[in-house]
Amino acid sequence: MEKKMLVSSSPHIRTIESVQSVMTDVLIALFPVALMSVLLFGYKALLTMIISVVTAMLVEAIWLRKRDIFSDGSAAVTGLLLAMTLPPAPPWWLVVIGAAAAIIIGKQVFGGIGYNIFNPALVGRAILVVSWGGHMVGRIWPQPQPFAFGADISAVTMATPLAGQEEALAVSLTQLFVGNVAGCLGETSALALLIGGLWLFYKGHIDWRIPGGYLGTVFILGVLLGGGFYENNFLTGLFHVLAGGVMLGALFMATDMVTSPVTPRGRLIFGIGCGLITMLIRVWGTMPEGVTFAILIMNAVTPIIDNFTVPRQFGGVKKSA
Amino acid sequence: MSSTGFKGGVHPGYHKEITATMAVIAMKPPSKVVIPLQQHIGAPCEPLDNIEVGTHVKLGQKIADSSGFVSAPIHATVSGTITEIGLFNHPLGRPVQAITIESDGQDEWDETINPAGDLDDLSSDDIRKLVREAGIVGLGGATFPAHVKLSPPAEKPIDLVIINGAECEPYLTADHRVMLEKPEEIVFGLKAILKALGAEKAVIGIEDNKSDAIRVMEQAISGENNITVARLHTKYPQGAEKMLINVTTGRKVPSGGLPLDIGVVNHNVGTAVAVAEAIREGKPLIERVVTVTGSGVNRPSNLLIRIGTLVSDVLEVCGGLKETTQKLIIGGPMMGLAQPDPDIPVIKGTSGILALTDQDIYIAESSPCIRCAKCIDACPVQLLPTEIAKLAENKLYKKAEKIYALDCFECGCCSYVCPSKIPLTQWIRIAKAEILKAKKK
Repeated sequence: MEKKMLVSSSPHIRTIESVQSVMTDVLIALFPVALMSVLLFGYKALLTMIISVVTAMLVEAIWLRKRDIFSDGSAAVTGLLLAMTLPPAPPWWLVVIGAAAAIIIGKQVFGGIGYNIFNPALVGRAILVVSWGGHMVGRIWPQPQPFAFGADISAVTMATPLAGQEEALAVSLTQLFVGNVAGCLGETSALALLIGGLWLFYKGHIDWRIPGGYLGTVFILGVLLGGGFYENNFLTGLFHVLAGGVMLGALFMATDMVTSPVTPRGRLIFGIGCGLITMLIRVWGTMPEGVTFAILIMNAVTPIIDNFTVPRQFGGVKKSA
Repeated sequence: MSSTGFKGGVHPGYHKEITATMAVIAMKPPSKVVIPLQQHIGAPCEPLDNIEVGTHVKLGQKIADSSGFVSAPIHATVSGTITEIGLFNHPLGRPVQAITIESDGQDEWDETINPAGDLDDLSSDDIRKLVREAGIVGLGGATFPAHVKLSPPAEKPIDLVIINGAECEPYLTADHRVMLEKPEEIVFGLKAILKALGAEKAVIGIEDNKSDAIRVMEQAISGENNITVARLHTKYPQGAEKMLINVTTGRKVPSGGLPLDIGVVNHNVGTAVAVAEAIREGKPLIERVVTVTGSGVNRPSNLLIRIGTLVSDVLEVCGGLKETTQKLIIGGPMMGLAQPDPDIPVIKGTSGILALTDQDIYIAESSPCIRCAKCIDACPVQLLPTEIAKLAENKLYKKAEKIYALDCFECGCCSYVCPSKIPLTQWIRIAKAEILKAKKK
């Protein structure tokens, strides 16, 4: 035989899964959430998402001098995730700045995909929160108008249920579950988020540890610290899980592969840490919402968590301390 | 008994249907065999004193041996004349000493080859000697000399023998066919192994994608009350010694240790058949079952092939390779060795000859690690492949050793699952080599 064969190291077969397919799966998982936010908040929500995704992809393409703007899809994911954390009708320039900051400051200055320490979408959101807080965390939010695609949502306002006891009691848990409450684009409907989360779980991109640790901690602390905030402690725990961005954070932000621990035990610790900090901010902080900073803080300690949670190898002997 | 499974592992496409129903056909002995003197882990053999170019040898005649304990002698696999003793290409990638025999076409057996007598009359020592003299090595692929595994130190009693019929590597069906066609021989060989070790119990582990083999083996052991068949959920790398012991017994081989540390000895189904034949017929290991398969092979088959047959001759029997063939692999797709050309001999450890076309092999440049941790979840040894790979890339081998790089047995699961297509297994191999090098100094 004249033709020489290809020689390379084993294994000789590999999954067809690629970074691109993983990112595409995340985009698919965000689809129910995106759809729900358009149903609730109308075309302005769609516009916000488009501006954010396109800005993120363009900025990354320009930064990397790439022609293929979809590339591995990670910029689109960052753009869409950022949009999910924005109010329903933010000014366009806010979205552009947020998306550009997410890509440049959140991701590229660290060396691009895989090298960033913080969740890029949350870096973008954090910059917007501290710079233009009035647009981001005001107590008066547009009220969702289900299925009113063209309605002017800025005309009617209501407070986020997390603002205080009075606001919390104004909404039912069913309302919170479906998403018919004031809040950021992608955080209001627990139902849509769960559907997306289940998809990621089914595809094997997330496991139970981070969302489980996160939501479990928020629930337990809600029961313990809520003190009958709702009618009873159990419902208060449930309220804290459903209200605000916890669900979005637990399923889509904290589970960001690049910025969360890789060890199994580390993932659980990370989730619990996120839940703990979220509740500390919610109960004793000055902001109604703690998810963004909870996750960013845990992102910062991810390398330490990984270092201290190296699993014992198969057949390894427990070190006598 | 059913398995509870081990942590990690992957489920690649198994592709066993290509050859699973094909009965083993004995390949016509080739006109020339090239028998490498290194066919097992351990000390290589030296040609015997009376063996030189021009010597006429008979089938099954011992032609090379070594004084090392971890070694197994080598026998002529055709009768004929030795035409060459020198370096020849070897599946391990570097040329090694090999004896070439031109066949006289007679297949005349050496007269020293005689049945050893009744198993009941043989002592443990007799069995060990027979197995050694027959040159039997582990036929699962690792080629550890079988008699060594039958000689555990006195302070480590063996209570359990595990027969490996898992055959977890995709594509390969050699062990599957051996179980279907030689169940009685497997049980006989197993009994001899039990006797040599003084062990009481045995388990035959078979994956549930070989239900017919499970049925056949269950029937074959129906009269034995100390042997059971374990039906295992199909998962790669279940056939790895430590994984198999874990799923069939719940015992864990300690890190850096051997199965005999926990009272277990493992043998492949093919090895059991070889032991049976050595005792009943006096037949040394001169041939083995090989699966020739893959989308690049024109006529896939399970063949009984003489050791030393050139892979090119085997492929010719199988109708040659398709034009689109990209890779020729000795072994399975997960742990096999890619070969630049088929000018290499089949050796005792050759379980498969696999030809893959571009539609089977996924060629992609690797991109940065996105820390998805899929490699960590897939590692059957609970290592952190991505972390070890990064340390190896940065030449931080001491740190890699601290996170147990040496425990990796190179099953390839991490590379298989990696969406970034990072050659993780390869990096870990480098780390292991460097750690061992530093230890030797």
